[in-house]
Amino acid sequence: MSGLDADVRVRRGSFDLDVALEVAPGEVVALLGPNGAGKSTLLRVLAGLLPCDDGYVRLAGAVLEDTASRARVDTDQRPVGVVFQDYLLFPHLSARENVAFGLRARGVDRATARQRADAWLDRVGLSAYAGQRPGRLSGGQAQRVALARALAPEPTLLLLDEPLAALDAGTRLGVRADLRRHLAGYDGAAVVVTHDAVDAMVLADRLVVVEDGAVAQSGSPREVSARPRTEYVARLVGLNLLRGTAVNGRVDLEGGATVTTVGHADGDVFVAFAPAAVTLFSGRPDSSARNSWAGRVESVETHGDVVRVALTGAVPVVADVTPLAVADLGLRAGTDVWAAVKATETTVYPA
Amino acid sequence: MRAAERGRPSRRLTTGLPGALVPLAAVAVLFLVLPVVGLLARTPWTTLGDVLTRDESLQALRLSLVCASLATLACLLVGVPLAWVLARGDFPGRSLLRAVVTIPLVLPPVVGGVALFTALGRRGIVGRWLDQWFGYQLPFTTAAVVVAEAFVALPFLVIAVEGALRGADRRYDEAAATLGASRWYTFRRVTLPLVAPGVAAGSVLCWARALGEFGATITFAGNFPGTTRTMPVEVYLALQQDPEAAIALSLLLLLVSVAVLALLRERWLTAAR
Repeated sequence: MSGLDADVRVRRGSFDLDVALEVAPGEVVALLGPNGAGKSTLLRVLAGLLPCDDGYVRLAGAVLEDTASRARVDTDQRPVGVVFQDYLLFPHLSARENVAFGLRARGVDRATARQRADAWLDRVGLSAYAGQRPGRLSGGQAQRVALARALAPEPTLLLLDEPLAALDAGTRLGVRADLRRHLAGYDGAAVVVTHDAVDAMVLADRLVVVEDGAVAQSGSPREVSARPRTEYVARLVGLNLLRGTAVNGRVDLEGGATVTTVGHADGDVFVAFAPAAVTLFSGRPDSSARNSWAGRVESVETHGDVVRVALTGAVPVVADVTPLAVADLGLRAGTDVWAAVKATETTVYPA
Repeated sequence: MRAAERGRPSRRLTTGLPGALVPLAAVAVLFLVLPVVGLLARTPWTTLGDVLTRDESLQALRLSLVCASLATLACLLVGVPLAWVLARGDFPGRSLLRAVVTIPLVLPPVVGGVALFTALGRRGIVGRWLDQWFGYQLPFTTAAVVVAEAFVALPFLVIAVEGALRGADRRYDEAAATLGASRWYTFRRVTLPLVAPGVAAGSVLCWARALGEFGATITFAGNFPGTTRTMPVEVYLALQQDPEAAIALSLLLLLVSVAVLALLRERWLTAAR
């Protein structure tokens, strides 16, 4: 393994982080998870800003930290670049000086550092802003300077902590596309921490979902989005997720209800289906939908041109319906309805 | 409409005050302003130029400026590192150390002068070795003026810089470390520039305190014209023989104080926040 190979445990009071992570050179891995899951803590350990209590961090064959042999390389000696959440560009230095900082710190002479900083600013399309202080840059520009600054010393590992979180929705799209391009052109290992599923899907080759300090699920964006394995991931990728025991094309759910499916799985399984696959009725449906459950409307929210209805009951599901259906069924919080899903719309996979 | 809204908070503040406090506050203001008014009222404006351009005055002024500046430089050299240790260090006895720093603030300056004698005087615990090994005696020299001034002024610098360091975002230091910067390089290129406004404000306070230093100076350095007789000492001596001259010299020091106040207000105190 010439990329990143880490297995770290950090204890902070009642919080335990225990994550193993491997990232190949040229690969981009997104650490996806809710706030407080330990993603940023892991990033700090990898950067050497936080010691790990137990475990190791190896990069390109070299040991950066190993509690077993008590080896530890200080942050400033690690070939690791970091793009911080709010970028932390040095406010008293120009964009050029910010980008040149890592080179100067590592002993590159002023003229060469300046030249290479200018080349980097050119690559991120900010040549015109080389002399500007960070205070005069927009959020998107600051993000690109931060990326250039982290990449200029040519690190073997690039860490990005919520690189898009500080941007407004308008600039986010363009900056995300740019970031994806730069990450694709980067030949080291890259780890992106994010709590945004779309950012993770767009930027990463592989997702590692971290919840409560442990890896909950990992895989390609396609795998993770098609087959979520936790409630959190299901919500992120916009699917309903149920869990139960499969017997002969029927799944007995934990709440007591059953779902008819078309899969052939047996034993402990997940059942996933899109909110758009759920149809709502005011009375018990008598249709080709093989699965129907009674529920009560918990919330009704508009999402673009569909209305998202959350139901509570034996089978808590989310349904996307048309505004017309909302009017016809008189949907509002507290309304009793029936939800139906066709067996063919469900995906079943082993838990 | 908007003006009325803006006016409302201040009106409520005035009406909310207990009436009894207002006259007492007025007494405090008078107490602060009256001496300054007195100084201005008694200033011999016609002979002011003559008094201030006398050799003794110019000599004292020059000595004061040089010594206060040297003392400030000395305080910067050791005070900034001390402030850094207090703000960033994590060791037992840190609060004790912080208390030690404030000793010159609460110590009567004359006592400070005596204390300097016991340490650096010819028979002092350190001074005796200076005398024995190098034949050097510190008291009653210009260097002694600088030492006395630095002693009383150091806390002003340390406290201001420590406050700035505490307020500074340490994540910038982390960012520098991830870019390969050693601790020293980070301190020089990131930490110090970020607290520059605090250092500047502390330096001005430190300089102003050093410039006005009297008690410790006259005790430890004496009042030899040209070598240790600084402005405050000159003012004190003049008051006994030539009160008008004392007032004229005082006015000059007052102007310096006002300048410092203006400098701090407009440049640093507001800019730093």
